[in-house]
Amino acid sequence: MSWVRANLFSSWPNAIATLVIVWLAWKLAVPFLDWAFAQAIWTAPDSKVCRDAKGVGACWGLIHEKHRFILFGTYPFEEQWRPALVILILLALYVISALRACWRPWLAAAWIVGLAAIGILMWGGVLGLRYAENERWGGLALTLLLATFGIALAFPLSILLALGRRSQLPVLRYLCVVYIELIRGVPLISLLFMASVVLPLFMPEGLSIDKLLRAQIALILFAAAYLAEVVRGGLQAIPRGQYEAAQALGLSYWRMTWLIVLPQALRISIPPLVNTFIGFFKDTSLVLIIGLFDLLTTVNVSIGEPKWVGFGIEAYVFVSAVYFVFCFAMSRYSQNLELELARGAAKGGAQ
Amino acid sequence: MIELSGVNKWFGEFQALKNIDLAVARGEKFVVCGPSGSGKSTMIRLINRLEAHQTGRIVVDGIELTDDVKAIEKIRAEVGMVFQSFNLFPHLTVLENLMLAPVWVRRTPKKEAEELAMELLVRVRIPEQAGKYPGQLSGGQQQRVAIARALAMRPKVMLFDEPTSALDPEMIKEVLDVMVALAQEGMTMVVVTHEMGFARTVADCIVFMDQGEIVETGAPADFFAAPKTDRARLFLSQILGH
Repeated sequence: MSWVRANLFSSWPNAIATLVIVWLAWKLAVPFLDWAFAQAIWTAPDSKVCRDAKGVGACWGLIHEKHRFILFGTYPFEEQWRPALVILILLALYVISALRACWRPWLAAAWIVGLAAIGILMWGGVLGLRYAENERWGGLALTLLLATFGIALAFPLSILLALGRRSQLPVLRYLCVVYIELIRGVPLISLLFMASVVLPLFMPEGLSIDKLLRAQIALILFAAAYLAEVVRGGLQAIPRGQYEAAQALGLSYWRMTWLIVLPQALRISIPPLVNTFIGFFKDTSLVLIIGLFDLLTTVNVSIGEPKWVGFGIEAYVFVSAVYFVFCFAMSRYSQNLELELARGAAKGGAQ
Repeated sequence: MIELSGVNKWFGEFQALKNIDLAVARGEKFVVCGPSGSGKSTMIRLINRLEAHQTGRIVVDGIELTDDVKAIEKIRAEVGMVFQSFNLFPHLTVLENLMLAPVWVRRTPKKEAEELAMELLVRVRIPEQAGKYPGQLSGGQQQRVAIARALAMRPKVMLFDEPTSALDPEMIKEVLDVMVALAQEGMTMVVVTHEMGFARTVADCIVFMDQGEIVETGAPADFFAAPKTDRARLFLSQILGH
């Protein structure tokens, strides 16, 4: 109670601001909750019920009806347990990677096994699983795969680019600068277009890389350029004395970088790194323009069906919620990690 | 052990070192002093090639310093260095700071490296701090850890670049005590410092520098009692006068 008085009603203007905001929140939240929950229609075998309730209650029946398509795209219907399992494997991998107790060599092995299992499950063609060409992959499974592989490969690449940009070797340095500036200077959409439309024109006869892989490569190259600048920021914050102390002990360049420089630079960079990861996770939705069925595309297609035309709000609220859960988890995790690492190196810093 | 002959060093247009000749034999202790900007730090940073010289020859432990990276790393492993600002690795504990180079450069087994590290922490009188991070220690403690870290490589030479200049007065003694003990054990040392008491106690030779040149060298007794040059006399009167 005293907290409320001290913080919300400490003065007349403060008290008025508090009341106005509470009133506004009330005015907005109550109708929304009413629409989203109280009056909502949860199952709708056909859209008639929903049409009758339009404007009064949300039609979650749409999600209920289309969830298989939204989550798995056009993956063969009776085989959709496979992408479902893939999503679970990915979630499990995220969780064990987030736990510091699991930061052991076996974690790398877990990822290798996990990714191999994902490959087998998604493609099939072995172990009695039906082959599913990757044109049919889609939905949340595709979004998570694009984001996971995108970040997992772009991050190491970005570290090399950042180190290259600070290298003493002029050729290497200029190469990295040109790469970063070129890729950062064009919109992701145009990169994806190039990967899907322009690149095949220059491919030698007979050699073709499929659309998904091309999109994935474009995403990786794009994310790497952005992340490289974030990592470079971290590198620049490391005092010269750290390099000198490492050199004076006889550490080679790579050992110094791996043992002394990167652990400190990446720790400093956690907030902007996660910021970029989150942005990148959402950017994967741009693959819709080259016809890949990621989560946002499957939602879009669902509400394009004549039966469900006009229920865009429900569809977009749902897809926003899914994106939000993942992004919020990343954000909270990074805050936690920062705290834990700060506790480790308590009260100190570089001298 | 260390031999500089005819060494010149420029930073851009500015000549930081002019025709430096210096020879330090095994077991000798040299103290380098002189006004700020005289090139003392630059000179000892040449010895483990934290700075590169442009002309002249530098030979350390029989290896000439060139652009050969492998040779440089080899020399750096043999030459310990202690910095004015400690430069401990803040993300590692004290023990890990000491074990890092032996394990990664010398390929010492972890257990052995840990034993050596603890032994050294006893020698610099802070074994109880082994599990702490550098940021949790006082300046004097940090500098003693930095000395132990350099010693963990079992160097043949120790370089000290103003090791007490960044310390509060009450912490200077604890660091100097460790250095005196080290000198008494026979370590070859080159020390840039303004601690003239230390110089008197342990130095075999005082090197006085000014404006990038070695102006005067001599045994401490002679140097302090009867400096040969006006510049040395002026310098001594300034730092001993107050």
